[in-house]
Amino acid sequence: MSVAEREPLLSVSGLSKHFRMSRTEVLKAVDDVSFDVREGETVGLVGESGCGKSTTGRCIVRLHEPTAGAVRFAGEDVYAPAGSRSADRERKRRLCKGMQMVFQNPYSSLNPRMTVKDIVGEGFALVGRLGQKERDERIVELLRTVGLGAEHMSRFPHEFSGGQRQRIGIARALSVDPRFIVCDEPISALDVSIQAQVINMLKRLQAERGLTYLFVAHDLSVVKYISDRVIVMYLGTVVEQAGASELYRSPLHPYTRALFSAIPEADPRVARGRARIPLKGEIPSPVNPRDECRFADRCPIAEPVCRSRRPPLRDMGGGHRVACHLA
Amino acid sequence: MPEAILDVQDLSYSFRTYGGEVQAVRGVSFEVMPGEVVGIVGESGCGKSVTAQCALRLNPEPPGFRRGGRMLYKGEDVFAKGERELRRMRGAEIGFVFQDPMTYLNPTMRVGAQVEEVFAGRPGVSRREARSRADEMLALVGISDVARRREQYPHELSGGMKQRVMIAMALVGRPSLIIADEPTTSLDVTIEAQILELLDDLRRKLGTAIVLITHDLGVIAKMCDRVYVMYGGKVVESGGAEDIFYRTAHPYTAGLLGSVARLETDCDEELKAIEGTPPDLFSPPPGCPFAARCDYAMRVCRESPSPEYRLEGGHRVSCWLRHEYAEPVELPARCAPEAAV
Repeated sequence: MSVAEREPLLSVSGLSKHFRMSRTEVLKAVDDVSFDVREGETVGLVGESGCGKSTTGRCIVRLHEPTAGAVRFAGEDVYAPAGSRSADRERKRRLCKGMQMVFQNPYSSLNPRMTVKDIVGEGFALVGRLGQKERDERIVELLRTVGLGAEHMSRFPHEFSGGQRQRIGIARALSVDPRFIVCDEPISALDVSIQAQVINMLKRLQAERGLTYLFVAHDLSVVKYISDRVIVMYLGTVVEQAGASELYRSPLHPYTRALFSAIPEADPRVARGRARIPLKGEIPSPVNPRDECRFADRCPIAEPVCRSRRPPLRDMGGGHRVACHLA
Repeated sequence: MPEAILDVQDLSYSFRTYGGEVQAVRGVSFEVMPGEVVGIVGESGCGKSVTAQCALRLNPEPPGFRRGGRMLYKGEDVFAKGERELRRMRGAEIGFVFQDPMTYLNPTMRVGAQVEEVFAGRPGVSRREARSRADEMLALVGISDVARRREQYPHELSGGMKQRVMIAMALVGRPSLIIADEPTTSLDVTIEAQILELLDDLRRKLGTAIVLITHDLGVIAKMCDRVYVMYGGKVVESGGAEDIFYRTAHPYTAGLLGSVARLETDCDEELKAIEGTPPDLFSPPPGCPFAARCDYAMRVCRESPSPEYRLEGGHRVSCWLRHEYAEPVELPARCAPEAAV
């Protein structure tokens, strides 16, 4: 095996994205986040709203310019100075072919004035010039892959249901034949019975095409179902990461434990029999956070050491990492 | 047997639109007893919210109109009431909690004043009394530092806080019934758990009946005594929570339960998605609304609506598979865990 193959497909190191709110206030949406994604696996990124999971996903595909840190995709640095503008444009083109994104809201992520054919076919400009006929054939093939058909080509997004629109978004992402897709809450806007259709399709596409996913979501049961590894974020930082079944079996971080104990399980005896670990208050503001464990204020087991400095992400063996002084 | 607080009998409700008549609710019956938590579960467009909003006539009329049936609140038909009487009922008799607190709270009013406003124009409650009751209710729903919070505007509060204010508004008039329409859908899981526990706690303390409308089976499992499953404007199955989850009788309910990923779902196992999409309510199918997506559908299912079959212990299902001539089928059911009863 060559060195290039052993390197992870995506490697995020020390990624930070800060938004300046005023002269004295800095919102640290993502603060020093590092992780790897290996070829062919699905990594779940979970956390509650405002934890920075979507911002992380957007930084990876260059929808946000990060404040600090590096993102390497397929051996190439996504953000290193490119030398010239044309070199940067060229790199962007390569990256777009390699990584794509599926957005949360299928109502706002498709241009209402474009037909399905134009939406799905827009990415072909990256692949190279195609003849009209070949272009149409490939669009029909893509639509079939996601469970739509040729008859949908000339329709507009408003003629579709939420689930169908999400399929169009997925077809658009697949059009350039990427290796890696960031799925940002792809099912949270959909109905339960439709969610399962989309999840099954994502899994099938992964098996057929050897895709790699970063699956950003807040639904913990779905994330466990689809992911090989899971990363839990809280207030801009990674608090824990591990293999999916390992993490759900033995969560180490008190936040992860509280989060899992709050999952609404669709089973009356389980849901009523379980004791929830109560958390004090709500997620604090990410503006000007102090240099301490971000979870300390709400943590049921916090000790003075938690407020003295930020806990590093420590490996507890077998790739199970946790950022807690007390774990 | 005590009288039902809310008794809905064969209610049909439609909307007139340019495209024709949307038959949102087609012959729904259910009742709510004092102090119980009743869940109505279904996907978007199944008619669950329209049904609930009828209780206070909150659907815009026109275009909405009642096509048939009755909805009795404490024995009186809400469709026979005038606007004045309805105004008196809102808040005092039935409290409403909406899904998205940001759209239902007034952004230009301090939250304390919004809770007090429930009493505006009511006889017998002074300003001072309204104020103290509002403060008491805000404290009861778990808002700390009420004196400061009541002077804040909605945008200064977090999503969970805003939902607590909505619940305080629904409760302050001491209603006998609360209708909560997707009260936790826009919230994170840890906050959702807090709000659900709050509702349950308030029910125990105040004895208020709750109608909980949701698409989330997890919320239903945690909270509800009895459950109605709606699809395509009809109730397809109803019964106690354990009947619905462990003795599932309708293929739609079974499909819904099979399509949610749970923690113990094996990752190699495919989720049982329900193929297809819900029926078009402009021209609803003559038979069972689920027939087009049902794995067990027979010819009769597509042609005429199924009668309601009564199973054990108040469990009811509208499905032709229960007919004595139908071939018996085994629905994929879920096993009840032995422990933790």
